Amino acid sequence: MRLPWRPLSGADWAAVCVLSGGSALALLSLLPEGSPLHVPQFAVGLAGKYLAYAILAVAVDLVWGFAGILTLGHAAFFALGGYAMGMYLMREIGTRGVYGNPNLPDFMVFLSWDHLPWYWYGFSHLPFALLMALLAPGALAGCFGWLAFRSRVSGVYLSIITQALTYALMLAFFRNDMGFGGNNGLTDFKDVAGANLHQPGTRAALLALTALALAFCLLASRAILGSRFGALLVAVRDAESRTRFIGYRPEHIKLLVWVYSALIAGVGGAFYVIQVGIINPGEFAPGNSIEAVIWVAVGGRGTLWGPVLGALLVNLGKTLFTGLLPELWLYALGLLFILTTLFLPRGVAGLWRAAKPAGAAEVTPEMTSADHEAVP
Amino acid sequence: MTAPIGTPATPSSLLYLDAVSVTFDGFRALNKLSLVLAHGEMRAIIGPNGAGKTTMMDVITGKTRPDTGEVAFRGVDLTRMDEPAIARLGIGRKFQKPTVFEHLTVRTNLLLSLKGGRQAFAALFARLTSDEAGRIEAILARTRLAPHANRMAGALSHGQKQWLEIGMLLGQDPELLLVDEPVAGMTDAETMQTADLLRDINRTHSVVVVEHDMAFVRALGVRVTVLHEGSVLAEGSVEQVSANPRVVEVYLGR
Amino acid sequence: MGKEGRCSFLKKRTKKLLFLRSRAVARVSDRRRGALLFFKKEVLALLFLLFISPCHAEDPALAGLRAPDYDSVAATVTDLAAHRHPRARAIITALRDGTLYAPDEGPGLYILGPAGTTDAATGAPVSGLDPDSLSKVQQNNRVRIAVAGALALLDLSAPDAATRREAAEAMVAHPDSGLLPALTTALAQETDPPAHAAMVLARAAALLSSGASGQSQQAQLDAVAALRGEGNQQARAILLGIPNPPPAVRDAARSAIAAIDLQLRLWSVGQGVFYGASLGSVLLIAALGLAITFGVMGVINMAHGELMMIGAYVTWLVQGATTAAWPGQAGLGLALSVPAAFLACGALGIAIERGLIRFLYGRPLETLLATWGLSLVLQQAVRSLFGPTNVSVITPAFMSGAVKLGGIEITLNRLVIIVFAAVVMLALTALLRLTPLGLQMRAVTQNRRMAALMGIRTPRVDALTFGLGSGVAGLAGVAISQIDNVSPNLGQGYIIDSFMVVVFGGVGNLWGTLAGALSLGIANKILEPLAGAVLAKIIVLVLIILFIQRRPRGLFPLRGRAVES
Repeated sequence: MRLPWRPLSGADWAAVCVLSGGSALALLSLLPEGSPLHVPQFAVGLAGKYLAYAILAVAVDLVWGFAGILTLGHAAFFALGGYAMGMYLMREIGTRGVYGNPNLPDFMVFLSWDHLPWYWYGFSHLPFALLMALLAPGALAGCFGWLAFRSRVSGVYLSIITQALTYALMLAFFRNDMGFGGNNGLTDFKDVAGANLHQPGTRAALLALTALALAFCLLASRAILGSRFGALLVAVRDAESRTRFIGYRPEHIKLLVWVYSALIAGVGGAFYVIQVGIINPGEFAPGNSIEAVIWVAVGGRGTLWGPVLGALLVNLGKTLFTGLLPELWLYALGLLFILTTLFLPRGVAGLWRAAKPAGAAEVTPEMTSADHEAVP
Repeated sequence: MTAPIGTPATPSSLLYLDAVSVTFDGFRALNKLSLVLAHGEMRAIIGPNGAGKTTMMDVITGKTRPDTGEVAFRGVDLTRMDEPAIARLGIGRKFQKPTVFEHLTVRTNLLLSLKGGRQAFAALFARLTSDEAGRIEAILARTRLAPHANRMAGALSHGQKQWLEIGMLLGQDPELLLVDEPVAGMTDAETMQTADLLRDINRTHSVVVVEHDMAFVRALGVRVTVLHEGSVLAEGSVEQVSANPRVVEVYLGR
Repeated sequence: MGKEGRCSFLKKRTKKLLFLRSRAVARVSDRRRGALLFFKKEVLALLFLLFISPCHAEDPALAGLRAPDYDSVAATVTDLAAHRHPRARAIITALRDGTLYAPDEGPGLYILGPAGTTDAATGAPVSGLDPDSLSKVQQNNRVRIAVAGALALLDLSAPDAATRREAAEAMVAHPDSGLLPALTTALAQETDPPAHAAMVLARAAALLSSGASGQSQQAQLDAVAALRGEGNQQARAILLGIPNPPPAVRDAARSAIAAIDLQLRLWSVGQGVFYGASLGSVLLIAALGLAITFGVMGVINMAHGELMMIGAYVTWLVQGATTAAWPGQAGLGLALSVPAAFLACGALGIAIERGLIRFLYGRPLETLLATWGLSLVLQQAVRSLFGPTNVSVITPAFMSGAVKLGGIEITLNRLVIIVFAAVVMLALTALLRLTPLGLQMRAVTQNRRMAALMGIRTPRVDALTFGLGSGVAGLAGVAISQIDNVSPNLGQGYIIDSFMVVVFGGVGNLWGTLAGALSLGIANKILEPLAGAVLAKIIVLVLIILFIQRRPRGLFPLRGRAVES
């Protein structure tokens, strides 16, 4: 008997939908403005932002849904990736800033700094910036995770500590002498890799690239979760101490997925900043991390397509609400948290699963998808 | 970490506990407990609630650090090692409450337990080898779980979970198996099957079984250690210890 | 610009002129020529002023004021004050204010006040004078300094102790050895301790000032010792600026400065400890409620901060109602708001537990998310009801102001909050130790199932526990309303810190919360002067993250087998 529903195929579908949807929007936006199918610029910007958020949601789900670590600080990795990209975009401004200084970004001239801090070296090169958008969140996640998992901090303690982490970073980035633009952050970007950021063509390409990145994250994560490592992850989530007595080190397993998740979040942040056009310390705010968690909760944790759906739905709702009934948005978001946890603990994906025939529970790595047909 | 200790452990002793004490908030869970297990031996540990049976298992597997005393396995000091290190050294443990990975299939449960690589990163690229598949099939057959191989472990009955856990121990192939109340919640028939299975396992492994069920212990037919208030009260065959008046007093109350 | 400001400005200007001149004379270059010309102009103006001054003399005590040279004017001013001339204050004040006039011809001095012209020597009104025949008595810097010193000297014998003290303090800022005899006399008669202390300082400063080089070395050493005993920033500045001290005095001054530095540093640590204890006590009340709900029920309540915020709004409402009924009774309103906030927030807490949290037991992470959602709703509700801006809660008179304890300034509102926190802490401890509810709560904490089997209605205990924790959050809100802005965002500012307290202190018992709150508060405030407020906060957060490595469950963890699972 074949299983009626192969759990991870949802990720493939999500990847296909994201890629085709994103590219379609991008292409349609290039149609002449009078055309009935023309997609306006603001919609392209919004779609790009949502997809970047969806990347963050996948990152959160990887650690929460699959490893049982409720992170309340993933926006930190997202923002770090964003800052790395923002630094490159700042350098790309060159002499077109308000002060026209060829060596220093505007805010440094404003603070009367006379030379570029060492950690800004190299950011005039896009590949270096992209590498840092991965390395910076990865390194932070590595240090933090190594410390936290080694000492077996878990559950709500870990959640609170992750929140403290992003809070501390927020305070740090607010400081002018950190050299990241303080309160105002990095903004006023002109172009990326020589292409004008305000050209419809550039924006369409960026949207398509973001969709591609998300699709890639989905497929890579699906491969990882489908491997023996994925099975170990579920094992650690469900019975951590048991894995220890078999001889595994859960801290290594968690650390690996934690760092991987941070890398993905960093990618999301990079794509976010390039399309939104600003990054400031507010992105580190603890509330942002928790909001990312609710996207995952709404969409359905423990599946890869759920978070993507959740991020799109919640953010679409947020855009509509804040446009039409701004004072009601926080009520709506708050109720969404409450109602989801009370009545929809498995999210939309859970509804979908409940509608399907029984027998196909949860994630199923390696063995199930390896088609053993021995069930009587 | 693995420095041998110069203790009078006999060459034939596999597990060696000497004067081990553990205190929780003033409560003495183990009180100068000493125990020696020979290579290839199967030992049954009995004792009333709170006698320190589970704490003893915790100390051996590294979950609890003893306040004082020596714990050695093949001459290697266990008191400074953590759980994964001890498990890799060759000590497997089955818990009182069956803990299997409920959201994985029976087959995947067994796969994860198989002796071999334990590196997280390597698991990313691990492929199912024919050797592994063969070992899994063998364990499935031995634990009578073959019909359920592709079911989620969480969907198994209580007895089946106990057997899966024993199967995982087999997959781990440790030199020493610590088995905590393996027949709790089993039917009589299942209990006797389990006793057979353990005797079978004992042909190639050393085993420590903690159990309340005297019929089961009798069926095992091995040397019995009686724990009481954290130390050894009596040791000998089932007949010897059940004739011991102190044991009777402890079990039946004063 | 105040009197002193003006004086110092003029002094600086004179110094600068002299400096410019010396430079100009040294090397008259083209670049300097402009400055030199400017200097010449000013000197000419001064000389011109000197020559037009009248030169009559009839009252020997006052005649000097009409002398053609400023030195004589200054000396006369000082003499008038030193000899307690009956009209000294009026005349010198008039000179300072530019209302002292002398006739162009003949003797006499007149004060041109708004009420009319008076004779300076007698104070009697005069009339029939031609204002055009009078010229103002002019001042230069020397005169101004002499005037300030003379007025201070007069103040030294004023009947009001505060005036005497202020006069002495002015002399510390501008020491003048010429005032030494007067200071010594005044010091001998002084009975008011603060005034006496200020005069000791002033005398020491005068003894060590530039004009006092004729003083015996012993007198200077005594002055250094006096300053050392005073041990404040001002004394340190005087010691630092002794001109050309003999070696013995210099060494004594150096060791005195070192001693003062040590003392000042200790005081600043003491001040840091007080601020830290005050911050810690706020954190303590905020975290106590969390510790109760988390410790007993394992529930992380992210809406705890919002309960505190509501407690602060209750304070505002109650105070508004009481001041409307009994105006001016801000203290009464505050006192009434303590039980009101406790009951309101407690009731709200019970409602939250019954309506939301009880459905989520055993799922701590989901509880965290749901309560976060609740916090958003509560925040927005308060914003809709009372507006997004700060509301002002009045601080009653008995809580405003500060007292000085040695070098530590103790602000009364913070002191009251420390006491309040201690009372809340003790009351909670007593409640947990001595009441049946406390016993039941402890039983449920240690072994929920066993407690249930023994007939404890665990749902009721849960609801009451949550209510208690929420009520304490309300109390925290009352306290915070006295030191912080009351706005819908109030809770957000405290929630992370109070969680840190709980994580750091552990939930084994309330003493852990106390230890956590105080160490966090004090660590923050001690680091603040060294690293700045934001960096201090970051350092503390990082330290906690590292601390958790050693003690994953805080200083005082819950222990026992039940916790393991």
